[in-house]
Amino acid sequence: MSEQAGVTIEDVRRVAELANLELKAEEEPLMQRDLNSILGHIAQLNELDTAGVPAMAQVGEMLGGVANAAGESLRADSVRPSLDRAAVMASAPETDGRFFKVPKVIER
Amino acid sequence: MKAMELEGLTIDGARSALASGEVTATALAELHYERIAARDGKIHSFLALSRERAMAQAAKLDSMASRGEALPVLAGVPVGIKDVLVMRGAPATAGSLILKGYRPPYDATVVAKLEAAGAVLLGKLNCDEFAMGSSNENSAYGPVLNPRALDRVPGGSSGGSAAAVAADFAVATLGTDTGGSIRQPAAFCGVVGVLPTYGRVSRYGLIAFASSLDRVGPLTKTVKDAATMLQVLAGHDELDATSSDRPVEDYVGGLSKPVEGLRVGVPEEYFGEGLDPEIRAAIDGALAGLKAAGCVVKPVSLPHTKYAIPTYYVIATAEASSNLSRFDGVRFGLRAEEAKTLSEMFRKTRDAGFGAEVKRRILLGTYSLSAGYYDAYYRKAQQVRTLLTRDFLAAFAEVDVLVAPVTPTPAFKLGAKTDDPVQMYLEDIYSVAASLAGICGVSVPRGETKAGLPIGVQIMGRHFDEATMLRVAHAIEGGVEAGNG
Repeated sequence: MSEQAGVTIEDVRRVAELANLELKAEEEPLMQRDLNSILGHIAQLNELDTAGVPAMAQVGEMLGGVANAAGESLRADSVRPSLDRAAVMASAPETDGRFFKVPKVIER
Repeated sequence: MKAMELEGLTIDGARSALASGEVTATALAELHYERIAARDGKIHSFLALSRERAMAQAAKLDSMASRGEALPVLAGVPVGIKDVLVMRGAPATAGSLILKGYRPPYDATVVAKLEAAGAVLLGKLNCDEFAMGSSNENSAYGPVLNPRALDRVPGGSSGGSAAAVAADFAVATLGTDTGGSIRQPAAFCGVVGVLPTYGRVSRYGLIAFASSLDRVGPLTKTVKDAATMLQVLAGHDELDATSSDRPVEDYVGGLSKPVEGLRVGVPEEYFGEGLDPEIRAAIDGALAGLKAAGCVVKPVSLPHTKYAIPTYYVIATAEASSNLSRFDGVRFGLRAEEAKTLSEMFRKTRDAGFGAEVKRRILLGTYSLSAGYYDAYYRKAQQVRTLLTRDFLAAFAEVDVLVAPVTPTPAFKLGAKTDDPVQMYLEDIYSVAASLAGICGVSVPRGETKAGLPIGVQIMGRHFDEATMLRVAHAIEGGVEAGNG
Protein backbone atom coordinates (compact mmCIF):
# COMPACT_ATOMS: atom_id res chain seq x y z
CA MET A 1 0.00 0.00 0.00
CA SER A 2 3.03 2.25 -0.24
CA GLU A 3 2.01 2.76 -3.88
CA GLN A 4 -0.26 5.72 -3.35
CA ALA A 5 0.10 6.88 -6.94
CA GLY A 6 -3.32 5.39 -7.51
CA VAL A 7 -4.80 3.06 -10.08
CA THR A 8 -4.24 4.16 -13.68
CA ILE A 9 -6.34 3.29 -16.72
CA GLU A 10 -3.54 0.90 -17.71
CA ASP A 11 -3.86 -0.82 -14.32
CA VAL A 12 -7.60 -1.19 -14.87
CA ARG A 13 -7.00 -2.78 -18.27
CA ARG A 14 -4.29 -5.08 -16.93
CA VAL A 15 -6.42 -6.28 -14.03
CA ALA A 16 -9.45 -6.72 -16.30
CA GLU A 17 -7.34 -8.93 -18.54
CA LEU A 18 -6.15 -10.98 -15.58
CA ALA A 19 -9.77 -11.41 -14.49
CA ASN A 20 -11.02 -12.33 -17.97
CA LEU A 21 -13.24 -9.28 -18.02
CA GLU A 22 -13.76 -7.19 -21.11
CA LEU A 23 -14.68 -3.66 -20.07
CA LYS A 24 -16.35 -1.30 -22.47
CA ALA A 25 -14.33 1.86 -23.14
CA GLU A 26 -16.80 3.97 -21.17
CA GLU A 27 -16.61 1.59 -18.18
CA GLU A 28 -12.85 1.97 -17.73
CA PRO A 29 -12.74 5.50 -16.23
CA LEU A 30 -15.67 4.68 -13.95
CA MET A 31 -13.93 1.59 -12.63
CA GLN A 32 -10.71 3.57 -12.24
CA ARG A 33 -12.54 6.19 -10.17
CA ASP A 34 -14.26 3.57 -8.00
CA LEU A 35 -11.12 1.49 -7.42
CA ASN A 36 -9.21 4.58 -6.34
CA SER A 37 -11.99 5.61 -4.02
CA ILE A 38 -12.23 2.14 -2.43
CA LEU A 39 -8.46 1.71 -2.20
CA GLY A 40 -8.24 5.16 -0.61
CA HIS A 41 -10.55 3.89 2.12
CA ILE A 42 -8.60 0.64 2.44
CA ALA A 43 -5.37 2.62 2.95
CA GLN A 44 -6.50 3.17 6.56
CA LEU A 45 -5.10 -0.28 7.29
CA ASN A 46 -1.64 1.27 7.05
CA GLU A 47 -2.25 3.01 10.37
CA LEU A 48 -1.86 -0.35 12.08
CA ASP A 49 1.48 -1.93 12.87
CA THR A 50 0.92 -5.59 12.07
CA ALA A 51 4.52 -6.74 12.35
CA GLY A 52 4.49 -10.21 13.87
CA VAL A 53 0.71 -10.60 13.66
CA PRO A 54 -0.20 -13.92 12.02
CA ALA A 55 -2.28 -13.76 8.86
CA MET A 56 -5.72 -15.33 9.24
CA ALA A 57 -7.07 -17.19 6.24
CA GLN A 58 -10.02 -18.76 7.98
CA VAL A 59 -11.78 -18.80 11.32
CA GLY A 60 -10.80 -22.29 12.43
CA GLU A 61 -7.17 -21.21 12.84
CA MET A 62 -8.14 -18.77 15.56
CA LEU A 63 -10.16 -21.18 17.62
CA GLY A 64 -7.23 -23.22 18.85
CA GLY A 65 -8.66 -26.29 20.51
CA VAL A 66 -11.87 -25.80 18.60
CA ALA A 67 -10.06 -26.26 15.30
CA ASN A 68 -10.84 -29.93 15.07
CA ALA A 69 -14.45 -29.26 15.82
CA ALA A 70 -14.50 -26.56 13.17
CA GLY A 71 -14.47 -29.02 10.35
CA GLU A 72 -10.98 -30.38 9.98
CA SER A 73 -11.86 -33.99 10.56
CA LEU A 74 -11.54 -36.19 7.52
CA ARG A 75 -14.37 -38.18 6.04
CA ALA A 76 -14.09 -41.79 5.02
CA ASP A 77 -12.34 -42.27 1.70
CA SER A 78 -15.11 -44.26 0.08
CA VAL A 79 -16.62 -44.31 -3.39
CA ARG A 80 -20.00 -42.66 -3.75
CA PRO A 81 -22.16 -41.82 -6.74
CA SER A 82 -21.52 -38.44 -8.32
CA LEU A 83 -24.03 -36.31 -10.19
CA ASP A 84 -25.69 -37.92 -13.17
CA ARG A 85 -23.87 -36.88 -16.34
CA ALA A 86 -27.04 -36.38 -18.39
CA ALA A 87 -28.51 -34.12 -15.70
CA VAL A 88 -25.35 -32.02 -15.62
CA MET A 89 -25.09 -31.79 -19.39
CA ALA A 90 -28.72 -30.66 -19.60
CA SER A 91 -27.54 -27.26 -18.27
CA ALA A 92 -24.51 -26.95 -20.55
CA PRO A 93 -24.54 -24.21 -23.22
CA GLU A 94 -23.05 -26.67 -25.73
CA THR A 95 -22.37 -30.37 -25.35
CA ASP A 96 -22.08 -33.55 -27.37
CA GLY A 97 -23.79 -35.39 -24.53
CA ARG A 98 -20.54 -36.58 -23.01
CA PHE A 99 -18.34 -33.48 -22.91
CA PHE A 100 -18.66 -29.70 -22.75
CA LYS A 101 -17.96 -28.16 -26.13
CA VAL A 102 -16.08 -24.85 -26.39
CA PRO A 103 -14.70 -22.67 -29.19
CA LYS A 104 -11.15 -23.46 -30.32
CA VAL A 105 -8.49 -22.82 -27.73
CA ILE A 106 -5.54 -21.77 -29.88
CA GLU A 107 -5.69 -18.86 -32.30
CA ARG A 108 -3.82 -19.16 -35.58
CA MET B 1 -58.40 -19.85 7.18
CA LYS B 2 -58.57 -16.60 5.23
CA ALA B 3 -55.59 -14.95 3.56
CA MET B 4 -55.60 -12.20 6.17
CA GLU B 5 -54.67 -14.70 8.82
CA LEU B 6 -51.29 -15.27 7.22
CA GLU B 7 -50.22 -11.99 8.78
CA GLY B 8 -47.88 -12.78 11.62
CA LEU B 9 -48.31 -16.53 11.08
CA THR B 10 -45.47 -18.36 12.86
CA ILE B 11 -44.15 -21.91 12.70
CA ASP B 12 -46.07 -22.76 15.88
CA GLY B 13 -49.19 -21.09 14.48
CA ALA B 14 -48.96 -23.04 11.25
CA ARG B 15 -48.27 -26.26 13.12
CA SER B 16 -51.23 -25.95 15.45
CA ALA B 17 -53.57 -24.93 12.61
CA LEU B 18 -52.46 -28.05 10.74
CA ALA B 19 -52.69 -30.29 13.78
CA SER B 20 -56.20 -29.14 14.63
CA GLY B 21 -57.32 -29.65 11.05
CA GLU B 22 -58.14 -25.95 10.70
CA VAL B 23 -56.14 -25.94 7.49
CA THR B 24 -54.35 -28.49 5.31
CA ALA B 25 -50.76 -28.13 4.16
CA THR B 26 -52.11 -27.89 0.61
CA ALA B 27 -54.46 -25.04 1.52
CA LEU B 28 -51.75 -23.25 3.49
CA ALA B 29 -49.36 -23.39 0.53
CA GLU B 30 -52.14 -22.24 -1.80
CA LEU B 31 -52.96 -19.29 0.48
CA HIS B 32 -49.33 -18.21 0.43
CA TYR B 33 -49.19 -18.48 -3.36
CA GLU B 34 -52.40 -16.43 -3.59
CA ARG B 35 -50.90 -13.76 -1.38
CA ILE B 36 -47.71 -13.74 -3.46
CA ALA B 37 -49.74 -13.45 -6.67
CA ALA B 38 -51.77 -10.59 -5.24
CA ARG B 39 -48.98 -8.55 -3.68
CA ASP B 40 -45.51 -9.56 -4.79
CA GLY B 41 -45.86 -7.84 -8.16
CA LYS B 42 -45.00 -4.62 -6.36
CA ILE B 43 -42.45 -5.95 -3.83
CA HIS B 44 -40.68 -8.39 -6.18
CA SER B 45 -39.30 -10.72 -3.53
CA PHE B 46 -39.67 -13.98 -5.50
CA LEU B 47 -37.74 -14.67 -8.69
CA ALA B 48 -39.25 -18.11 -9.30
CA LEU B 49 -41.97 -20.25 -7.76
CA SER B 50 -41.53 -23.99 -7.30
CA ARG B 51 -45.25 -24.72 -7.18
CA GLU B 52 -45.11 -28.31 -8.39
CA ARG B 53 -42.58 -29.36 -5.78
CA ALA B 54 -44.35 -27.41 -3.04
CA MET B 55 -47.76 -28.90 -3.78
CA ALA B 56 -46.34 -32.43 -3.98
CA GLN B 57 -44.73 -31.97 -0.56
CA ALA B 58 -47.94 -30.49 0.88
CA ALA B 59 -50.00 -33.39 -0.46
CA LYS B 60 -47.56 -35.86 1.06
CA LEU B 61 -47.83 -34.18 4.45
CA ASP B 62 -51.63 -34.04 4.24
CA SER B 63 -51.79 -37.74 3.56
CA MET B 64 -49.42 -38.41 6.48
CA ALA B 65 -51.68 -36.28 8.67
CA SER B 66 -54.82 -38.06 7.49
CA ARG B 67 -53.26 -41.40 8.42
CA GLY B 68 -52.49 -40.02 11.86
CA GLU B 69 -48.73 -40.28 11.41
CA ALA B 70 -46.39 -38.14 13.51
CA LEU B 71 -45.49 -34.99 11.61
CA PRO B 72 -41.96 -33.55 11.44
CA VAL B 73 -41.10 -30.26 13.09
CA LEU B 74 -41.63 -28.02 10.05
CA ALA B 75 -44.56 -29.98 8.61
CA GLY B 76 -46.48 -27.78 6.19
CA VAL B 77 -44.48 -24.64 6.96
CA PRO B 78 -44.14 -22.54 3.77
CA VAL B 79 -40.52 -21.49 3.30
CA GLY B 80 -38.67 -19.46 0.64
CA ILE B 81 -35.06 -19.97 -0.45
CA LYS B 82 -32.58 -17.24 -1.40
CA ASP B 83 -31.59 -17.66 -5.01
CA VAL B 84 -27.91 -18.28 -4.24
CA LEU B 85 -28.86 -21.71 -2.84
CA VAL B 86 -29.62 -24.47 -5.30
CA MET B 87 -32.83 -26.45 -5.53
CA ARG B 88 -32.93 -29.41 -7.88
CA GLY B 89 -34.59 -28.45 -11.17
CA ALA B 90 -35.47 -24.90 -10.10
CA PRO B 91 -33.79 -21.84 -11.62
CA ALA B 92 -30.71 -20.68 -9.67
CA THR B 93 -29.69 -17.25 -10.88
CA ALA B 94 -27.87 -15.78 -7.87
CA GLY B 95 -29.48 -12.54 -9.07
CA SER B 96 -27.17 -12.60 -12.10
CA LEU B 97 -27.71 -12.75 -15.84
CA ILE B 98 -24.72 -15.07 -16.13
CA LEU B 99 -26.75 -17.90 -14.59
CA LYS B 100 -29.94 -17.20 -16.49
CA GLY B 101 -31.60 -20.45 -17.44
CA TYR B 102 -29.43 -22.62 -15.19
CA ARG B 103 -31.36 -25.36 -13.39
CA PRO B 104 -29.01 -27.24 -11.10
CA PRO B 105 -29.46 -31.01 -10.84
CA TYR B 106 -29.12 -31.20 -7.04
CA ASP B 107 -30.32 -29.75 -3.74
CA ALA B 108 -28.26 -27.71 -1.31
CA THR B 109 -27.95 -29.59 2.00
CA VAL B 110 -30.00 -26.91 3.78
CA VAL B 111 -32.75 -27.25 1.18
CA ALA B 112 -32.82 -31.03 1.60
CA LYS B 113 -32.84 -30.67 5.40
CA LEU B 114 -35.76 -28.26 5.39
CA GLU B 115 -37.78 -30.49 3.10
CA ALA B 116 -36.98 -33.57 5.15
CA ALA B 117 -38.26 -31.66 8.19
CA GLY B 118 -41.57 -31.10 6.39
CA ALA B 119 -41.12 -27.57 5.04
CA VAL B 120 -42.98 -26.67 1.85
CA LEU B 121 -40.55 -24.90 -0.48
CA LEU B 122 -42.40 -22.08 -2.22
CA GLY B 123 -39.64 -20.83 -4.50
CA LYS B 124 -36.50 -18.78 -4.99
CA LEU B 125 -35.98 -15.31 -3.56
CA ASN B 126 -34.49 -12.21 -5.13
CA CYS B 127 -31.11 -10.97 -3.92
CA ASP B 128 -28.20 -8.77 -4.91
CA GLU B 129 -26.14 -10.32 -7.70
CA PHE B 130 -23.95 -13.03 -6.16
CA ALA B 131 -24.99 -11.64 -2.76
CA MET B 132 -22.94 -8.50 -3.39
CA GLY B 133 -24.84 -5.52 -2.10
CA SER B 134 -26.56 -3.88 0.84
CA SER B 135 -29.79 -2.71 -0.79
CA ASN B 136 -30.90 -5.41 -3.26
CA GLU B 137 -30.48 -2.83 -6.02
CA ASN B 138 -27.75 -4.99 -7.59
CA SER B 139 -30.12 -7.76 -8.65
CA ALA B 140 -30.04 -8.17 -12.43
CA TYR B 141 -33.78 -8.90 -12.21
CA GLY B 142 -34.73 -5.63 -10.54
CA PRO B 143 -34.77 -4.46 -6.93
CA VAL B 144 -36.96 -5.67 -4.07
CA LEU B 145 -39.00 -3.01 -2.27
CA ASN B 146 -39.30 -2.83 1.50
CA PRO B 147 -42.80 -4.05 2.44
CA ARG B 148 -42.79 -1.66 5.40
CA ALA B 149 -42.10 1.40 3.20
CA LEU B 150 -42.30 0.92 -0.55
CA ASP B 151 -39.99 3.85 -1.35
CA ARG B 152 -37.22 2.22 0.70
CA VAL B 153 -34.78 -0.60 0.08
CA PRO B 154 -35.27 -3.87 1.98
CA GLY B 155 -31.54 -4.13 2.61
CA GLY B 156 -29.27 -6.68 1.04
CA SER B 157 -28.11 -8.95 -0.08
CA SER B 158 -30.90 -11.20 1.31
CA GLY B 159 -33.48 -8.49 0.53
CA GLY B 160 -36.01 -10.89 -0.97
CA SER B 161 -35.66 -13.24 2.00
CA ALA B 162 -36.38 -10.45 4.50
CA ALA B 163 -39.16 -8.86 2.45
CA ALA B 164 -40.96 -12.18 1.90
CA VAL B 165 -41.13 -12.80 5.65
CA ALA B 166 -42.12 -9.20 6.41
CA ALA B 167 -44.89 -9.36 3.78
CA ASP B 168 -46.12 -12.77 5.04
CA PHE B 169 -45.37 -14.44 1.70
CA ALA B 170 -43.54 -17.18 3.66
CA VAL B 171 -43.43 -18.15 7.31
CA ALA B 172 -39.64 -18.36 7.15
CA THR B 173 -36.88 -18.03 4.58
CA LEU B 174 -33.23 -18.84 4.09
CA GLY B 175 -30.71 -16.09 3.51
CA THR B 176 -26.96 -15.91 3.36
CA ASP B 177 -24.64 -13.52 5.16
CA THR B 178 -21.09 -12.69 4.08
CA GLY B 179 -20.75 -9.22 5.62
CA GLY B 180 -24.22 -8.54 7.02
CA SER B 181 -26.53 -9.85 4.32
CA ILE B 182 -28.97 -11.57 6.69
CA ARG B 183 -28.85 -9.20 9.67
CA GLN B 184 -29.08 -5.90 7.79
CA PRO B 185 -32.15 -6.74 5.66
CA ALA B 186 -33.78 -8.32 8.73
CA ALA B 187 -33.29 -5.01 10.55
CA PHE B 188 -34.59 -2.96 7.61
CA CYS B 189 -37.72 -5.10 7.19
CA GLY B 190 -38.50 -5.72 10.86
CA VAL B 191 -37.89 -9.48 11.00
CA VAL B 192 -35.48 -11.78 12.84
CA GLY B 193 -32.31 -12.82 10.99
CA VAL B 194 -29.64 -15.20 12.28
CA LEU B 195 -25.98 -15.38 11.28
CA PRO B 196 -24.87 -18.77 12.64
CA THR B 197 -21.26 -19.38 13.65
CA TYR B 198 -18.92 -20.14 10.75
CA GLY B 199 -19.09 -23.91 10.29
CA ARG B 200 -22.43 -24.38 12.07
CA VAL B 201 -24.62 -24.71 8.95
CA SER B 202 -23.64 -26.54 5.76
CA ARG B 203 -22.87 -24.53 2.64
CA TYR B 204 -23.03 -27.41 0.20
CA GLY B 205 -25.12 -26.07 -2.68
CA LEU B 206 -24.45 -22.41 -1.90
CA ILE B 207 -23.13 -20.43 -4.87
CA ALA B 208 -19.93 -19.14 -3.28
CA PHE B 209 -19.08 -15.46 -2.92
CA ALA B 210 -16.32 -15.36 -0.25
CA SER B 211 -15.70 -18.80 1.17
CA SER B 212 -14.02 -17.81 4.43
CA LEU B 213 -17.03 -15.61 5.24
CA ASP B 214 -20.19 -17.00 3.57
CA ARG B 215 -22.83 -18.42 5.91
CA VAL B 216 -26.41 -19.63 5.56
CA GLY B 217 -29.07 -18.73 8.11
CA PRO B 218 -32.81 -18.28 8.68
CA LEU B 219 -35.06 -15.21 8.58
CA THR B 220 -38.27 -15.51 10.56
CA LYS B 221 -41.02 -13.55 12.29
CA THR B 222 -39.97 -14.54 15.83
CA VAL B 223 -36.83 -15.59 17.69
CA LYS B 224 -38.48 -18.88 18.58
CA ASP B 225 -39.04 -19.61 14.88
CA ALA B 226 -35.40 -18.74 14.22
CA ALA B 227 -34.36 -21.23 16.90
CA THR B 228 -36.62 -23.90 15.37
CA MET B 229 -35.18 -23.30 11.91
CA LEU B 230 -31.59 -23.28 13.16
CA GLN B 231 -32.25 -26.54 14.99
CA VAL B 232 -33.09 -28.13 11.63
CA LEU B 233 -30.31 -26.43 9.65
CA ALA B 234 -27.36 -26.85 12.03
CA GLY B 235 -25.01 -29.79 12.10
CA HIS B 236 -22.17 -31.48 10.34
CA ASP B 237 -22.39 -32.22 6.63
CA GLU B 238 -19.80 -34.46 5.10
CA LEU B 239 -20.35 -32.69 1.79
CA ASP B 240 -19.00 -29.45 3.31
CA ALA B 241 -15.45 -29.76 4.61
CA THR B 242 -15.81 -26.48 6.51
CA SER B 243 -18.83 -27.65 8.51
CA SER B 244 -18.26 -28.41 12.17
CA ASP B 245 -18.96 -31.76 13.79
CA ARG B 246 -19.69 -30.17 17.16
CA PRO B 247 -22.98 -31.42 18.60
CA VAL B 248 -25.97 -29.12 18.02
CA GLU B 249 -27.40 -27.58 21.17
CA ASP B 250 -31.08 -27.38 22.08
CA TYR B 251 -31.78 -23.87 20.81
CA VAL B 252 -35.55 -23.96 21.29
CA GLY B 253 -35.36 -25.42 24.79
CA GLY B 254 -32.67 -22.90 25.70
CA LEU B 255 -35.02 -19.97 25.10
CA SER B 256 -36.95 -20.62 28.28
CA LYS B 257 -33.88 -20.32 30.50
CA PRO B 258 -33.68 -17.02 32.38
CA VAL B 259 -31.25 -14.33 31.26
CA GLU B 260 -30.56 -13.36 34.85
CA GLY B 261 -26.87 -13.24 35.62
CA LEU B 262 -25.74 -13.12 31.99
CA ARG B 263 -23.03 -10.56 31.28
CA VAL B 264 -23.95 -8.27 28.40
CA GLY B 265 -21.19 -6.24 26.75
CA VAL B 266 -21.83 -2.93 25.03
CA PRO B 267 -19.01 -2.24 22.56
CA GLU B 268 -18.38 1.50 22.70
CA GLU B 269 -17.05 1.61 19.13
CA TYR B 270 -20.53 0.70 17.85
CA PHE B 271 -22.17 3.81 19.30
CA GLY B 272 -20.08 6.57 17.76
CA GLU B 273 -20.74 9.30 15.26
CA GLY B 274 -23.15 8.41 12.47
CA LEU B 275 -25.48 6.24 14.54
CA ASP B 276 -29.09 7.34 14.18
CA PRO B 277 -30.33 8.64 17.57
CA GLU B 278 -33.59 6.72 17.32
CA ILE B 279 -31.68 3.45 16.84
CA ARG B 280 -29.48 4.34 19.77
CA ALA B 281 -32.53 5.00 21.94
CA ALA B 282 -34.07 1.65 20.96
CA ILE B 283 -30.89 -0.18 21.96
CA ASP B 284 -30.66 1.74 25.23
CA GLY B 285 -34.23 0.61 25.92
CA ALA B 286 -33.31 -3.01 25.22
CA LEU B 287 -30.26 -2.75 27.48
CA ALA B 288 -32.32 -1.21 30.29
CA GLY B 289 -34.70 -4.13 29.96
CA LEU B 290 -31.89 -6.68 30.16
CA LYS B 291 -30.55 -4.93 33.25
CA ALA B 292 -33.96 -5.04 34.85
CA ALA B 293 -34.14 -8.75 34.07
CA GLY B 294 -30.93 -9.31 36.02
CA CYS B 295 -28.25 -9.10 33.34
CA VAL B 296 -24.98 -7.41 34.12
CA VAL B 297 -24.58 -4.76 31.44
CA LYS B 298 -21.10 -3.36 31.00
CA PRO B 299 -19.08 -1.43 28.44
CA VAL B 300 -16.43 -3.29 26.47
CA SER B 301 -13.99 -2.21 23.78
CA LEU B 302 -13.40 -3.73 20.35
CA PRO B 303 -10.57 -1.36 19.45
CA HIS B 304 -10.04 -2.39 15.82
CA THR B 305 -13.67 -1.97 14.78
CA LYS B 306 -13.01 0.94 12.40
CA TYR B 307 -10.74 -1.31 10.34
CA ALA B 308 -13.40 -3.94 9.75
CA ILE B 309 -14.81 -2.43 6.55
CA PRO B 310 -11.47 -1.98 4.74
CA THR B 311 -10.38 -5.46 5.89
CA TYR B 312 -13.61 -6.99 4.70
CA TYR B 313 -13.51 -5.34 1.28
CA VAL B 314 -10.01 -6.66 0.64
CA ILE B 315 -10.69 -10.22 1.79
CA ALA B 316 -14.22 -10.62 0.41
CA THR B 317 -13.31 -9.26 -3.03
CA ALA B 318 -10.11 -11.32 -3.23
CA GLU B 319 -12.07 -14.50 -2.53
CA ALA B 320 -14.84 -13.43 -4.90
CA SER B 321 -12.39 -12.85 -7.74
CA SER B 322 -11.30 -16.45 -7.36
CA ASN B 323 -14.75 -17.99 -6.76
CA LEU B 324 -16.38 -16.19 -9.66
CA SER B 325 -13.78 -17.35 -12.16
CA ARG B 326 -15.95 -20.46 -12.62
CA PHE B 327 -18.57 -18.41 -14.47
CA ASP B 328 -17.06 -18.59 -17.91
CA GLY B 329 -19.75 -19.89 -20.24
CA VAL B 330 -18.40 -23.44 -20.37
CA ARG B 331 -20.58 -25.55 -18.09
CA PHE B 332 -23.75 -23.64 -17.21
CA GLY B 333 -25.68 -20.45 -17.73
CA LEU B 334 -24.94 -17.80 -20.27
CA ARG B 335 -22.49 -18.17 -23.16
CA ALA B 336 -21.64 -15.32 -25.52
CA GLU B 337 -22.39 -16.69 -28.96
CA GLU B 338 -20.25 -14.54 -31.20
CA ALA B 339 -16.85 -15.53 -29.75
CA LYS B 340 -14.38 -17.28 -32.06
CA THR B 341 -11.89 -18.49 -29.48
CA LEU B 342 -12.12 -19.82 -25.95
CA SER B 343 -10.55 -16.79 -24.29
CA GLU B 344 -12.76 -14.44 -26.25
CA MET B 345 -15.76 -16.50 -25.16
CA PHE B 346 -14.71 -16.18 -21.49
CA ARG B 347 -14.38 -12.40 -21.74
CA LYS B 348 -17.53 -11.76 -23.74
CA THR B 349 -19.60 -14.05 -21.56
CA ARG B 350 -18.40 -12.41 -18.36
CA ASP B 351 -18.83 -8.92 -19.80
CA ALA B 352 -22.42 -9.64 -20.79
CA GLY B 353 -23.26 -11.69 -17.70
CA PHE B 354 -21.89 -9.69 -14.77
CA GLY B 355 -23.31 -6.43 -13.47
CA ALA B 356 -21.26 -3.36 -12.50
CA GLU B 357 -20.87 -4.16 -8.79
CA VAL B 358 -19.73 -7.71 -9.47
CA LYS B 359 -17.17 -6.46 -12.01
CA ARG B 360 -16.00 -3.81 -9.56
CA ARG B 361 -15.42 -6.41 -6.87
CA ILE B 362 -13.73 -8.88 -9.20
CA LEU B 363 -11.38 -6.10 -10.38
CA LEU B 364 -10.63 -4.98 -6.82
CA GLY B 365 -10.00 -8.55 -5.68
CA THR B 366 -7.82 -9.34 -8.66
CA TYR B 367 -5.87 -6.13 -8.08
CA SER B 368 -5.17 -6.85 -4.41
CA LEU B 369 -4.06 -10.40 -5.23
CA SER B 370 -1.88 -9.39 -8.17
CA ALA B 371 1.89 -9.39 -8.17
CA GLY B 372 3.33 -6.50 -6.19
CA TYR B 373 0.16 -5.80 -4.21
CA TYR B 374 -0.50 -9.09 -2.43
CA ASP B 375 1.48 -8.27 0.74
CA ALA B 376 0.33 -4.66 0.88
CA TYR B 377 -3.36 -5.48 0.62
CA TYR B 378 -4.35 -9.11 1.01
CA ARG B 379 -1.80 -10.20 3.58
CA LYS B 380 -2.21 -6.95 5.51
CA ALA B 381 -5.99 -7.49 5.64
CA GLN B 382 -5.52 -11.06 6.84
CA GLN B 383 -3.35 -9.77 9.68
CA VAL B 384 -5.90 -7.15 10.66
CA ARG B 385 -8.53 -9.90 10.56
CA THR B 386 -6.54 -11.60 13.30
CA LEU B 387 -6.60 -8.39 15.36
CA LEU B 388 -10.36 -8.02 14.87
CA THR B 389 -10.94 -11.61 15.95
CA ARG B 390 -8.71 -11.17 19.01
CA ASP B 391 -10.85 -8.15 19.96
CA PHE B 392 -13.88 -10.42 20.14
CA LEU B 393 -12.09 -13.24 21.97
CA ALA B 394 -10.90 -10.73 24.60
CA ALA B 395 -14.39 -9.26 24.97
CA PHE B 396 -15.96 -12.71 25.31
CA ALA B 397 -13.60 -13.47 28.18
CA GLU B 398 -15.44 -10.68 30.03
CA VAL B 399 -19.02 -10.99 28.80
CA ASP B 400 -21.39 -13.64 27.42
CA VAL B 401 -22.93 -11.65 24.58
CA LEU B 402 -22.51 -8.28 22.90
CA VAL B 403 -25.42 -5.95 22.14
CA ALA B 404 -25.05 -3.35 19.39
CA PRO B 405 -26.86 -1.75 16.47
CA VAL B 406 -27.18 -3.71 13.20
CA THR B 407 -27.09 -0.66 10.97
CA PRO B 408 -26.25 3.04 11.43
CA THR B 409 -29.57 4.14 9.93
CA PRO B 410 -33.00 2.66 9.23
CA ALA B 411 -33.89 1.59 5.65
CA PHE B 412 -32.83 4.23 3.14
CA LYS B 413 -34.53 5.27 -0.08
CA LEU B 414 -33.94 3.49 -3.37
CA GLY B 415 -31.13 5.15 -5.29
CA ALA B 416 -29.79 6.99 -2.22
CA LYS B 417 -26.42 5.25 -2.22
CA THR B 418 -26.03 3.71 -5.65
CA ASP B 419 -23.60 6.36 -6.97
CA ASP B 420 -20.89 5.88 -4.36
CA PRO B 421 -19.64 2.36 -3.60
CA VAL B 422 -17.81 3.44 -0.44
CA GLN B 423 -21.00 4.98 1.01
CA MET B 424 -22.82 1.72 0.27
CA TYR B 425 -20.02 -0.34 1.85
CA LEU B 426 -20.13 1.78 5.02
CA GLU B 427 -23.69 0.55 5.44
CA ASP B 428 -22.09 -2.68 6.76
CA ILE B 429 -20.07 -0.93 9.46
CA TYR B 430 -21.68 -2.76 12.40
CA SER B 431 -22.05 -6.13 10.74
CA VAL B 432 -18.78 -7.04 9.02
CA ALA B 433 -16.61 -7.49 12.12
CA ALA B 434 -18.69 -10.47 13.31
CA SER B 435 -18.43 -11.90 9.80
CA LEU B 436 -14.65 -11.64 9.79
CA ALA B 437 -14.35 -13.15 13.28
CA GLY B 438 -16.69 -16.06 12.52
CA ILE B 439 -18.85 -15.48 15.59
CA CYS B 440 -22.65 -15.76 15.58
CA GLY B 441 -25.05 -12.82 15.43
CA VAL B 442 -28.74 -12.10 15.24
CA SER B 443 -30.85 -9.08 14.35
CA VAL B 444 -34.04 -8.82 16.35
CA PRO B 445 -36.71 -6.14 15.75
CA ARG B 446 -37.07 -3.58 18.47
CA GLY B 447 -39.74 -0.99 17.74
CA GLU B 448 -39.66 1.54 14.95
CA THR B 449 -38.66 5.10 14.21
CA LYS B 450 -41.13 7.99 14.32
CA ALA B 451 -41.38 7.60 10.56
CA GLY B 452 -42.50 4.01 11.05
CA LEU B 453 -39.32 2.27 9.91
CA PRO B 454 -38.26 -0.90 11.74
CA ILE B 455 -35.23 -0.88 14.05
CA GLY B 456 -33.03 -3.93 14.60
CA VAL B 457 -30.88 -4.76 17.60
CA GLN B 458 -27.86 -6.98 17.07
CA ILE B 459 -26.82 -9.59 19.60
CA MET B 460 -23.46 -11.24 18.96
CA GLY B 461 -22.41 -14.46 20.67
CA ARG B 462 -19.31 -16.58 21.11
CA HIS B 463 -18.32 -19.12 18.48
CA PHE B 464 -20.93 -21.91 18.61
CA ASP B 465 -22.87 -20.25 21.43
CA GLU B 466 -26.03 -19.57 19.45
CA ALA B 467 -28.06 -20.81 22.43
CA THR B 468 -27.07 -17.93 24.73
CA MET B 469 -27.32 -15.40 21.90
CA LEU B 470 -30.86 -16.51 21.01
CA ARG B 471 -31.88 -16.52 24.67
CA VAL B 472 -30.92 -12.84 24.96
CA ALA B 473 -32.60 -12.06 21.62
CA HIS B 474 -35.76 -13.77 22.89
CA ALA B 475 -35.70 -11.63 26.03
CA ILE B 476 -35.27 -8.43 24.01
CA GLU B 477 -38.04 -9.44 21.61
CA GLY B 478 -40.39 -10.19 24.49
CA GLY B 479 -39.94 -6.65 25.76
CA VAL B 480 -37.85 -7.42 28.84
CA GLU B 481 -38.42 -3.82 29.86
CA ALA B 482 -41.72 -5.03 31.26
CA GLY B 483 -39.72 -5.82 34.38
CA ASN B 484 -38.92 -2.14 34.60
CA GLY B 485 -42.50 -1.44 35.56
